[in-house]
This record gives sequence, structure tokens and C-alpha cells, in this order.
Amino acid sequence: MAQIQSNDSDSGKGGKHGKVRAKKQSTHIDMTPMVDLAFLLLTFFMLTTTFGKPKTMEINMPVKPPPGQEIKNEVNNAITILLSGDNKIYWYYGELKPETKLTLTDFSATGIRKLFLDYNKQAVDEIKTLKENALKTKMNEDTLKSRIVDIKGKKYALMVLVKTDDKAKYKNVIDIIDELNICLIGKYALVDLDTREYDLINNFQPGQ
Amino acid sequence: MPKVKMPKNSPVLDMTPMVDLAFLLVTFFMLTTQFRPDEPVVVDSPSSISEKILPDKVMLVTIDSSGRVFFNLEGKELRKNMLGEMSAKYGVKFDENETNRFAVMATFGMTVQQLKQYLPLDEMERKNFMKKSMGIPYDSLNNQLGDWIRFGRLADAQSSNGAPIEKDKALRFAIKGDANANYTAIKRVIEVFQEMKVNRFNLVTTLEQNPTTN
Repeated sequence: MAQIQSNDSDSGKGGKHGKVRAKKQSTHIDMTPMVDLAFLLLTFFMLTTTFGKPKTMEINMPVKPPPGQEIKNEVNNAITILLSGDNKIYWYYGELKPETKLTLTDFSATGIRKLFLDYNKQAVDEIKTLKENALKTKMNEDTLKSRIVDIKGKKYALMVLVKTDDKAKYKNVIDIIDELNICLIGKYALVDLDTREYDLINNFQPGQ
Repeated sequence: MPKVKMPKNSPVLDMTPMVDLAFLLVTFFMLTTQFRPDEPVVVDSPSSISEKILPDKVMLVTIDSSGRVFFNLEGKELRKNMLGEMSAKYGVKFDENETNRFAVMATFGMTVQQLKQYLPLDEMERKNFMKKSMGIPYDSLNNQLGDWIRFGRLADAQSSNGAPIEKDKALRFAIKGDANANYTAIKRVIEVFQEMKVNRFNLVTTLEQNPTTN
């Protein structure tokens, strides 16, 4: 089509002038529609895209013992954390005895974190010096990691048992596991609540 | 007084750099984008300091704030196999069309019996259906969640044809709970997993600043 048309116009004008003069046109094209489109696409992709994957926290649960066999938890240096509604944390140290009293604390840096850091002081200090040494001696990252795991598993490192009642929220559990990671506690377990502990929570009085 | 003459400027401005930039960004987003999967429920995951990234191949169990449970496993062939096993166990027949629709579906949460009614629906109707749905039953009497997990794993094992799977490509199990869900619901889901001899989980969280102690 274009070919034929140009031939026609040639025969019309070309007879007189012999030369076709190109029309002088502005070099500016109206780019507005293109820009509109570009920004439309840009907005679309910006809104639908998800950057990065969600983060996850890995957790290993102990293998369930076959029925009839109970696993005895060794509670030499252990804190038991009882999570309840309204973001409340109750805790006691050591084994559950008839005279055991609960203490109430909260999720703030001066609450549960201070508690963990105090009880886990030896391990925390040790890991701290280990990290400083590692910086000086340029220790291999893998060896550093395995050394830290070693310290976390030592006998003097704190062990934490986390128990939840029926009012605790998922967020509380995640927060506690977070605190455990922050305070470099490697030995922890999510355990079922004892009925005696349940009673202790229910009969808890603030002044205790 | 003489009139102040405004300098006459051309109203046309050179948009080329702007267009360049716009197209650069468009190209960037087009190449990096991963479409956000359509989630049937809004789940507000809790935040943690963990920086681990969710693995690619996961079986995802979602728990919303009222304790309803949803399930997702990606992969068309896997899903077809899984649905076949479920249909055999619960005696609910799915024709080919329904199976294909199931294969491309995202997260779902209803009983197998309801799934049959859910599959032919369109997008809007599905949303309404999900609002009324009670989620996948996971109590010990009617443990359909456990069956989805079992058949999902079976389908996954079949898909590799017995070839050993590389460690980081193995199927992982993720739990995405709402921050305000009761922990008892999550505990029960973990129990269901443990009954299937799964003891290692990824809990989906969002990132939060680490208040370093050292």
C-alpha cells in the first residue's frame, strides 16, 4: 500500500520539480501516552511484587516417646516459664515443689531478658569473650559457630522449659523463643503444662 | 509603566530521561517480580529476629486468628496425586475438570466434602465461601489435616521416583500462625505433624530488629 501511494505522489509532483523535498518536521514526539503507560506498568508491578521471602524461625521438637515411656527432664539449672493470657509470664527456678512460688514478669528488656541474662551469665560471658577472640585470631566462622553451640550445651548453661496455658497467644511463644535466641540459650523445650502449675497460675496473687 | 514581559518558554519539555528511568524501573520490576499468591485469609505473622529465609519447597499450614486451619502445597502433579489419595480415602469423587482446578489453586481450608462444592466457584464466590468455612478439621476424631500432610508427603516422595533428594531441596514443613491465634491451636497442629513423625518446623515470622546483647 505504502509503496503504491508514494509512486502516485511521485508522478504527481515529480514531473515539475524532479526532487522530493522531505518535509521538515519537529523532532519532538509527544511522549505523554508512552509515559502514562510506563508509569501505569511501574505502579502495577510495584504493588503486586513481594520483595524477598518471609523469614522463618526453625524449631525442632523432641521425638515423641512411645506410649508408656516418659522422658525425664533434668532440671538442674532450669527455669520454667509459664505463659498465660494478657502477655503475662510467670516463672520459677528449678524443680516444681509444693512450696514453689511463681514470679510475674513481662516481655520487656528489663523483664524476661534481664532474667535470662542473669541466670545465663556464665555462658553469655563466655560466648562474648569467644567472639572477641575470634575477631582477633580471625577464627573460621564454622568453628566459631560450633564452639558457641558447645558452650550453649554445657552444664552450667541455663535450660528453659516453656509451658503455655490455654489463654496464651502464638505471639507470646514466638517472642519467648526470640528472647531465648537473643540471650544465647540453646537448651529449651516447649512442654505441656502440669495441672499443679495450672493451679499455681490460677491462684496467683500479685503480692507473693 | 511598561508591561512585564514573561519570557516565552516552550511548553514542551524533554521527557526522555524520565521515560528512560520509568522503563528501567518497569523492566526491573518485571524481572524481579514474583506475584503475591492469593491468600484466602489474612494472617498477621508475629515478628522475630530470625533472618533465615523460608525454603522454596514447603508444605504450609496456615492458622488464622480464630484457629481455623488452611493447607497449601505447591506443584501441579503433587496436588493431583494428593487429591486422588484423599478422594479415595473419603469417598468423594472428583472429575478431571475439578482435579485440574485443584491443581492450580492456592491455599485452601475446608473439609474434603466441602472442597467438591468449592472447586467450581469463581474468585468472588470462593472468597465468600472462605469466610464461612470452618477450616480443615484437625481434631483427633476427624483429622483431615493429618491426611493432607500424609498424602502430600507421599506424593512428594513419589515425585522424586525414589532418587535421593538433595538436603536443601527436601520438603520442609512451615507453620504460619496469626500472632493472635491461641497457642493451643498451634500446639495441636504441631501435634498432628508429630503424629506423622515430623519434628522439624519452620515458623513463618516477619523480621524485627535484633537488640544485640553483646
